[in-house]
Amino acid sequence: MTEMIVDGRPLPFVEGQTVAAALVATGRLAWRTTRVGHRPRGVFCGIGVCFDCLVTVDGAPGQRACLVPARPGMTVTTGEGDDD
Amino acid sequence: MTDPADLIVVGAGPAGLAAAATALAGGLRVVLLDSGTALGGQYWRHPPEHARAAVPTDDLHHGLDRYRALCKALAQHRTSGRLDLRLEHHVWSAVRDGDGFAVHAVDRHEAPRETAVVVRAPRLLVATGAYDRQLPFPGWDLPGVLTIGGLQALLKGGGVAAGSRVALGGTGPFLLPVAAGLAARGVEVVEVCEAAHPRAWLRHPGPLLRNPGKWAEGAGYAAALVRHRVPLRPRAAIVAAEGGERVTAVRIASLAPDGSPRPGTERRVEVDAVGVGWGFAPQLDLLVPLGCALTDGVDGNAVVAVDEGMRTTVPGLYTAGETCGVGGAALAVNEGRLAAASVLADSRATRVPADKHLAALRSAVARQRAFARAMALAHPLPPAWSSWLTDETVVCRCEEVTAGAIRSARADGAHDHRQVKQLTRAGMGWCQGRMCGPAVHCLTARRGAYEPAERLVATPVTLGALADLDEAPAGTTCTADTACTAVTACTAGTTGTVCTQASTDNGETDKECS
Repeated sequence: MTEMIVDGRPLPFVEGQTVAAALVATGRLAWRTTRVGHRPRGVFCGIGVCFDCLVTVDGAPGQRACLVPARPGMTVTTGEGDDD
Repeated sequence: MTDPADLIVVGAGPAGLAAAATALAGGLRVVLLDSGTALGGQYWRHPPEHARAAVPTDDLHHGLDRYRALCKALAQHRTSGRLDLRLEHHVWSAVRDGDGFAVHAVDRHEAPRETAVVVRAPRLLVATGAYDRQLPFPGWDLPGVLTIGGLQALLKGGGVAAGSRVALGGTGPFLLPVAAGLAARGVEVVEVCEAAHPRAWLRHPGPLLRNPGKWAEGAGYAAALVRHRVPLRPRAAIVAAEGGERVTAVRIASLAPDGSPRPGTERRVEVDAVGVGWGFAPQLDLLVPLGCALTDGVDGNAVVAVDEGMRTTVPGLYTAGETCGVGGAALAVNEGRLAAASVLADSRATRVPADKHLAALRSAVARQRAFARAMALAHPLPPAWSSWLTDETVVCRCEEVTAGAIRSARADGAHDHRQVKQLTRAGMGWCQGRMCGPAVHCLTARRGAYEPAERLVATPVTLGALADLDEAPAGTTCTADTACTAVTACTAGTTGTVCTQASTDNGETDKECS
């Protein structure tokens, strides 16, 4: 089991999982809020079409967590990217 | 591969894999691009090669022998140097370029780092598949409500189940493998709500009888559901989801023949995740801007018009699979082969498939399309689905536009999704209407198939990557002699501005919904 850093804390993942899969595996289904209604959102389509699962990866905002493969040491910040 | 390519294939799902294999067998040089980390597309989604042992998914798949045979064929051609395989390449645009095509992609194998790539070839085959079609309902944007494709992608790609007690709903045979897959991983699938009635299939017995493979596949899933004690409810729908920070329950109603909930039948069922899907919407983002003609599909989607050999109306442009009508993987494979056979014939290749082989392919495609047509007719969108919306229900998830706002726009005279977009911003957010487009079309247009907006940028790309493409020094840009040249690297973090998705969709009013 390897780890990435999500919001400053280590998050374990299985090699081959996406960032979204790793988050869901730990029971997290929401990791950002919408602009207008501040509704919680996470993974919805799971294949890169809906853009609900946006996160910041290694400083780059607006990344689809369902498409980015998790890598050891990767830094993920949630709750960002929705206003970009 | 240093020699120029003869063919670019975009999409490595069933259609693209089969097309590439046939074109390579015929002696062509092929560039195959896909955004995924492994061959297979959504249907044969796999974890990347190096991670397969950690995430076993073989038992979740159907037709793996065919997948492996295609992968093996491609591997041989990769070794021989005639296949240039580009995984984790996100194609954001395809344009005419002289007598051929230029395909623009970003290499994201070190995501979020992006490297701009341009590939050129005289012929282009787009096999970009489809994604789940969605109908909104109150609470569908709660965390824990996913598309059924999303539930399956997490399972097949990462070995992860999004919940432990799941309800599924929508229409179409795809509900069955998703339910069976979840159950096989120990998830309690509390109910599968199928809006149609299985009896609808009996109106088209011919295609069913002529496609025994499909029949057997469906029966296999049905047996799996029985084994796992998963109840399948015909003529029922998930009409609402409840919860706060995540979904905690669904409301399930029996449906009248028009799809409206039967009064007094609504039940509350506690769940921790939900999957919904109403058939599929073809992924046409690269095809529409190229100007190929569309035609109305039986399932309510506009699809790409093709001739008998999968040629679009744009010379040199071919398509196969769900882009020309949703019909499943077996049909997609045969269409891919047929499209590649046309590429070989049109390229005057020396090794073209024998006439007898082509005739058999065409016959199989006709038979499988008849099945797809019967499937679409048996699993329509319920005409009265919008009766389960309240005015407060979010329809456009990105811009948070409600059903009430869309109904107001319609009352103000908007009669298609383009005009609704101008008036309400529905379809103007991150996803560019990919999620809400079909629903907004149903809510406003009175007739005709859903034709997606023209999206000039098919996937977000950083302005940095684009700028580097323009500024690449002479000799590193692509010429006709270099099939593919990575231009230069761009770290999205330092040039973080993202060019989201420019759209030419200016809501032209002369375009009737027909």
